Amino acid sequence: MKPAAFDYWRPSSRREACELLHEHGDEARLIAGGQSLMAVLNMRLAQPKHLLDIAGIEDLHYIERRDDHLAVGAGVTQAELLQYPGLAEAVPLLALAMPWIGHWQTRNRGTVCGSIAHADPSAELPLCLATLGGQVVLENRRGKSRRVMAEDFFQGVLTTDRRQDELITEVRFPLARPGAEYRFREVAMRHGDFAIVALAAVVDSNRVTLGVGGVADRPVSRELARHADPSEALNALAWSLGAEDDAHATAAYRRQLIRELGRELIAGGPRDEENAHARQG
Amino acid sequence: MNAFEPALREGQSGQIGRRQPRIEDDALLQGRGRYADDLAVAPGTLHAAVLRSPHAHARLVGLDASPALAMPGVHAVLTGEDVKRWARPFPVGVRQPMEHWCLAVDKVRYVGEPLAVVMAESRYLAEDALDAIRVDYQTLPVAVDTEAAIAADAPLLHEAVGSNVVSERHFRYGDPEQAFAEAEHRVALKVRVPRSSCTPMECYVVLAEYDPASASYDVLANFQGPYALHTVMARALKVPGNRFRLRTPPDSGGSFGIKQGVFPYVVMMGLAARKAGAPVKWVEDRLEHLQGASSATNRMTEIEAAVTRDGRVTALYWDQVDDCGAYLRAPEPATFYRMHGNLTGAYAIRHLVVRNRVALTNKTPTGLNRGFGGPQIYFALERLMQRIAVELDLDPLEVIRRNLVPSGSFPYRAAAGALLDSGDYPAAVEQGIHEGGLEELLAHRETARREGRLYGIGYTVAVEPSISNMGYITTAMTPEERRKAGPKNGAVSTATISVGPLGDVSAHVSSTPQGQGHRTVVAQVIAEVLGVPLESISVNVELDTGKDAWSIASGNYSSRFSGAVAGAVYQAAVKVRDRLAGIAAAQWQVEASRIRFAEGQVIVNDSELSMPFGRLAGATHWAPGTLPEDEPGGLRETAFWSPPQLEAPDDDDRINSSLCYGFIFDYCGVEVDRITGQVRLDRYVTLHDAGRLLNPDLVDGQVRGAFAQGLGAALMEEFTYGDDGSFQSGTFADYLVPTSVEVPEPLILHRETPSPFTPLGAKGVGEGNNMSTPVCIANAVADALGIADIELPLTPSKVRTLIGIEEPARPQGVGEDQTAPAAGGGSRLTASDSVTLPGSPQAVFDTLLDPETLQAIIPGCHALELTGENAYRADVTVGVGMIRARFDAQVALSDLDPPHGLRLSGAGTSAMGSAEGSAQIRLTEVEGGQTRLDYDYDAAVGGKVASVGGRMLQSASRMIIGQIFARLAQRMGGAAPRLSLWQRLKGLFAGRGGRS
Repeated sequence: MKPAAFDYWRPSSRREACELLHEHGDEARLIAGGQSLMAVLNMRLAQPKHLLDIAGIEDLHYIERRDDHLAVGAGVTQAELLQYPGLAEAVPLLALAMPWIGHWQTRNRGTVCGSIAHADPSAELPLCLATLGGQVVLENRRGKSRRVMAEDFFQGVLTTDRRQDELITEVRFPLARPGAEYRFREVAMRHGDFAIVALAAVVDSNRVTLGVGGVADRPVSRELARHADPSEALNALAWSLGAEDDAHATAAYRRQLIRELGRELIAGGPRDEENAHARQG
Repeated sequence: MNAFEPALREGQSGQIGRRQPRIEDDALLQGRGRYADDLAVAPGTLHAAVLRSPHAHARLVGLDASPALAMPGVHAVLTGEDVKRWARPFPVGVRQPMEHWCLAVDKVRYVGEPLAVVMAESRYLAEDALDAIRVDYQTLPVAVDTEAAIAADAPLLHEAVGSNVVSERHFRYGDPEQAFAEAEHRVALKVRVPRSSCTPMECYVVLAEYDPASASYDVLANFQGPYALHTVMARALKVPGNRFRLRTPPDSGGSFGIKQGVFPYVVMMGLAARKAGAPVKWVEDRLEHLQGASSATNRMTEIEAAVTRDGRVTALYWDQVDDCGAYLRAPEPATFYRMHGNLTGAYAIRHLVVRNRVALTNKTPTGLNRGFGGPQIYFALERLMQRIAVELDLDPLEVIRRNLVPSGSFPYRAAAGALLDSGDYPAAVEQGIHEGGLEELLAHRETARREGRLYGIGYTVAVEPSISNMGYITTAMTPEERRKAGPKNGAVSTATISVGPLGDVSAHVSSTPQGQGHRTVVAQVIAEVLGVPLESISVNVELDTGKDAWSIASGNYSSRFSGAVAGAVYQAAVKVRDRLAGIAAAQWQVEASRIRFAEGQVIVNDSELSMPFGRLAGATHWAPGTLPEDEPGGLRETAFWSPPQLEAPDDDDRINSSLCYGFIFDYCGVEVDRITGQVRLDRYVTLHDAGRLLNPDLVDGQVRGAFAQGLGAALMEEFTYGDDGSFQSGTFADYLVPTSVEVPEPLILHRETPSPFTPLGAKGVGEGNNMSTPVCIANAVADALGIADIELPLTPSKVRTLIGIEEPARPQGVGEDQTAPAAGGGSRLTASDSVTLPGSPQAVFDTLLDPETLQAIIPGCHALELTGENAYRADVTVGVGMIRARFDAQVALSDLDPPHGLRLSGAGTSAMGSAEGSAQIRLTEVEGGQTRLDYDYDAAVGGKVASVGGRMLQSASRMIIGQIFARLAQRMGGAAPRLSLWQRLKGLFAGRGGRS
């Protein structure tokens, strides 16, 4: 379990990182916290010739509260975002969901944008971004940046809309809407495991946005009417995601969780109070 | 015999039985442990990496290591050819024409089976070279499921045996036929115990040298014993025992039985060092470990009880099949026979029929694993007791009580031969009930159920065997075969104590501890006997077969330390004490019985006479001339101890398989979440009678550790295999071990009934909860859900399925679920899809047959070379996200039926594993001069990628296969392919707030 040889680069600017990406194409991989990539390298599931470490790029290290969103730069770790003062007011869903990401040790290294870039279908941050309708900001070597909506960014298992010569510079999480409630529920085998099913909800007075992670090949969010009986809509959602059996859970179980936990989450209940506090450790 | 009486403590240190903190911990907590990987290696040591099979079953057609040898830093490659020249297959416990070599020589029989070893200047270079070795496999049908493997038409692992059942024995004790005939009730159950492992933190490490001058091997490995395997290794290496020196490091990062399984690698790396002409170091990585190191034996059991109206079990019928994986590796089939004498558990059941079959399958070979043989027995027996209570409408605790071995009947000879040494089982159960608060728990269940919650209570009693009879394994042979082979029995343990010229006490034991704190307890025992301060005693637990006292029973297994090894330490200490007492008595002209040893002094009772221990002991070195005539001088005593109760199996197959039998009474309360199926352990009570406790802190530590592993086995741990034999639990994200967050603190209760058979009255206690906890939790879940069929691990998905999932129908048009994944989440994927293409079916057909098209539509195809009619060799890089693998692939078009259809198939291997698949393509003309292409595909991946990527494999395969046909559509006319499933789904949910 030793990686194949690679050249290690530590670009000091976005431009330099993008130049390197352009130059080395598919032979290069970006690394920030390395919480997924290092395992992949060690198991030789990828043997890139170049590793571009963006941790040294100073101006990627920021969390900014702007008019309608919280911007998180590509250098920010998950632990830093979780400790951001006022996170629970600014983006309550993140405050609920992030304690479920791995363990505090992995959150100390893993970055927010790294998780978005990796696009694991079970990961919490892509689910939050998709449910909130956030955006990903990418930049290329010409300094040109583009913004992509979360639903267009995530394209499949570990697959995103990022082009080979682009660097994700930040992600934008929309700020809490007045009057909206934010809820999160996850079922995993152990604390910190990949979600079997993760559900995130934004509940407004007349509508609900429900996000589902761990089931389809990417995080999915749907809008449902608030006051109608959600059973049918939840059943349709459950069946629409192409749930699969794996070693830990069956497809039918996943669908059932979407139906039953989805209903609980929309209704709100004691468990949501518990959740808000239980996994803060 | 138990010679130690606490009454003798008067005037002594009281060390035995004290809660003494471990003397090992200072170093370990400061990172100063000396594990095998920390030890200095000889200059010029090469690093080894092992090439492993990605296939579960394949014939080895060819292996070419020359490209690897040409790589920089690579010194040598050991292959099956070398092994055939220099070694022999490992001896096994049953007589069958099958061979297990340390490297595959003709076939590979499980995913992860070693094929070759690369020796290079670094592990990095060695792993680089692994990818360069070219192996030609001819894959064979697999036998993976145990039940399927023993069917008459199953593919055979070892053809010469003629069956995958390599051992079958029938046993009969008492008069079971009559008992069943007279039974008022018969209660039967069929259960399966899955594969799991106790997964030590430190994996295998081997440092090997070969000395051509003396034709001898010198190997250091974190091997845990039993040292009976030293003979197995020496025979495989074709050297006498004294030309194979095996050493162990000072510290070990855990074993739990697993490091018994390092022995094939000891032989392999010895041969590797010989091939390289240099010392070789190998450190197993986690993927290698989970995939190929060892596993507990999975078992299928049919069990039936003859039961009286009031719940008294008069006879048992056992029909068991053990699945030992691809090879019967020593000491298998010991999973059966370690527990054979005590098959009736803690119960007085006199009549017994047993049928034991050992099956081989295309899975990792099995071996020792903490609790060895116990979880399999108790899962069947204690689930059955719970079923008896349910079916007869009795209280499960009452059924247990009515069947326990009665008080006052010890030592008790169980039906199959176990001599249960001591205890009072009924009293222990009552103690557990009162001290554990059962009343409260029962009330809690009442309340919970009234509130509509799913709450259950489970009970288990068990006897915990310790100090294995080295002869038990011969129960696998018929009495006839045993007579021919000669008797095997006993269990010799050894300890050596020496006192230096300055009066300093050193001890050596051949117990190879794996983290349990043996040094602490050895020092406690010596301090007790010699009256010297604990911290002054130096205990060495490294074992060197070239220099130390050892025997075949040496090592760390069957919980033998406290009963056997500490007992031998006691005996050696008594020998030293008695010699010193004799010397002191002569000097002072007093009776030796008046001499006692305490607080570093040698004292004559009822007198003023005393001298420092060191001065008296030093005299044996400095002034041997002053010693009594029969005193030889110097001070080093070795004790060898073997208990007479460990006899060979008798002609009726009765076997006292262990010397000691502790008693366990567990109960627990669980609550099951109705929606998620998650099992929350509310309370767990575990009572142990392990004889005299030498250090209760260490005992509690053992109980906690075994409990955590038992809980893991109950709720989450399982080695899973695909139907094709692919291994699916290659990382700790796939093989789930409970962390401290998931493990509640059990209430631990003790009771001490000394064993009459061990020198200190102690018994083993390290494995009990591995045996009792899984079934105790299972019984509680069965009680909560009111169901009979419980299979471990009780994952949320499985439990929720047991509760019942009544799915509302799939709404019309939603999520045409096109994938039909293999049962059990296999790595095989079958699915169908279609695309609409411009042009006629004939045009599409012709395009597909064009090599240029083929190269263009296969994602990541760098080169395509014609190798036969419609057959190609392709160099393909396949990737998803950050993951990439370069495959050397065969691609073929077959079943040509122009213009209606054809089959496109491919198979390849890469550093990441193997992949194969084929798609049956049908072409149909549709409106507008277009063609609809329907395809059904079937794909499978094996090797590393299946082991570590299971969670995403299906989606990833679907994505890659989908790309082929999307590219075909583009090539046919640049038309956009039909909307993907995904896009169609998105369309279903219109009105998405303006973002769609």
